[in-house]
Amino acid sequence: MAVKFVRPKIPKFAPDPWAIQFDEQGHLRHLLTIEGLGPQWITRILDTAEGFVSVTDREIKKVPLLRGRTVVNLFFESSTRTRTTFELAAKRLSADVLNLNLATSATKKGESLLDTLRNIEAMQADMFVVRHEQSGAAHFIARHVAPHVSVLNAGDGWHSHPTQALLDAFTIRRHKGDFTPLRVAIVGDIRHSRVARSQMHVLNSLNVGELRVIAPRTLIPTDVEKLGVRVFHDMREGLKDVDVIIMLRLQRERMEAGLLPSEEEFYRLYGLTEEKLAWAKPDAMVMHPGPANRGVEIESSVADGPQSVILEQVSNGIGVRMAVMSLCMSANRGETT
Amino acid sequence: MTQTDRLLPVNEAIDRLEAQIRSDRQDGALVDPLIVGIHTGGVWVADALHRALGCSEPLGRLNITFYRDDFNTLGLHPQVSPSDLSVDVDGRDIILVDDVLFTGRTVRAAMNELFDYGRPRRIALAVLYQRDGRELPICADWAGQELNLGPDEQIHVDGPDPMTARLVSSKES
Repeated sequence: MAVKFVRPKIPKFAPDPWAIQFDEQGHLRHLLTIEGLGPQWITRILDTAEGFVSVTDREIKKVPLLRGRTVVNLFFESSTRTRTTFELAAKRLSADVLNLNLATSATKKGESLLDTLRNIEAMQADMFVVRHEQSGAAHFIARHVAPHVSVLNAGDGWHSHPTQALLDAFTIRRHKGDFTPLRVAIVGDIRHSRVARSQMHVLNSLNVGELRVIAPRTLIPTDVEKLGVRVFHDMREGLKDVDVIIMLRLQRERMEAGLLPSEEEFYRLYGLTEEKLAWAKPDAMVMHPGPANRGVEIESSVADGPQSVILEQVSNGIGVRMAVMSLCMSANRGETT
Repeated sequence: MTQTDRLLPVNEAIDRLEAQIRSDRQDGALVDPLIVGIHTGGVWVADALHRALGCSEPLGRLNITFYRDDFNTLGLHPQVSPSDLSVDVDGRDIILVDDVLFTGRTVRAAMNELFDYGRPRRIALAVLYQRDGRELPICADWAGQELNLGPDEQIHVDGPDPMTARLVSSKES
């Protein structure tokens, strides 16, 4: 029997582009970006994640919350860590998981993205986890899915990576508690980093004391100060009195020629070594969203050292993604076909 | 119409509950039991029993939010606190504690969660108030008070300090 979906009417030009993340009752339905969430929703996600992180510490790391639901990973861009943690999160919620490698799929055979979506929807999918090289891709998909389907953005172009920023905030909160007195520095390729943008939104929403970005001029976007950050080009100056250091990956695949003299030069000036780490507070946390280029962004002894929480970020990512999936599925309760 | 005269005060109900458990422990029915409360009211009752019975092991706390069977209709509870069960439950006797036993669905969810921590030797159920309206074949081993209530009546337990209970009409709540 053919499945018929009644699609919501979407205004051509929505007055609030982030309103699409919520349903008519104000429940979180999609997670596309940190913008528009506000501190209450961010805090609720982090609080919910606390419960799920405790589940991942048990022998049986599974709860029956999403039994019977289907989560589809739509990864148009290669990813190991993010796709794996989304997959694990869904499985630990007892959902069925479908991984689609769209680099070799129907979209390459000429089938349009929307046709692909329709076909997957007809397979009774409840959630799409989307990673795409184009900014706004998850948003586009969210505007066209059936009413009972949620969309989670797992990274789109240079734009946004909300779950990474949320898990980073979760990790900071677990170690430092209140954000208000903290100085946080984001270091490296700010210009091409969707993670950095999302981190700025989440940390400023949580009222972080001071947010700094440290990078060469060529790797800082114009008008970045409008996102509520102080810009530094010198590591010693930028790391002074900092509580949290977030190193970023050099996005070589997105870089135009000439932005960096060399990786060796970048490491000499901006790579986090033990010597540079000493310029921050003695108990400063070291973070990296991964995958880290050792000897380019970070020294191995720092990445593996006592102040590093890099592996903890990965573990926390599962709990945070479980929280986001559960909350978005909550919005779609009782509407599965 | 709200009625309060039929409900035992919390302190009396806890005293009765403690006496029943103590009696059964003397008979050797329970060996070195762990006390586990169901969030939130059950944890308050469990805490009182834990102190009264002088248990050496830490009190366990279960938040059954992730095990509820009404997620598809009610969604996720707005406040989720982690479960806390720091002692290995494998082969152990467990006293599972809740404030009110009504439909049995909460207890079922709690047992499901307990089995994700391990395989207890025995689970016994202690509740402050056991009322009618069961929807699952679950019964308390010990109850501070058993009541038959009207279809519109509910028991509300507030706490933790002081812990109080009252009957309310669901039409009013």
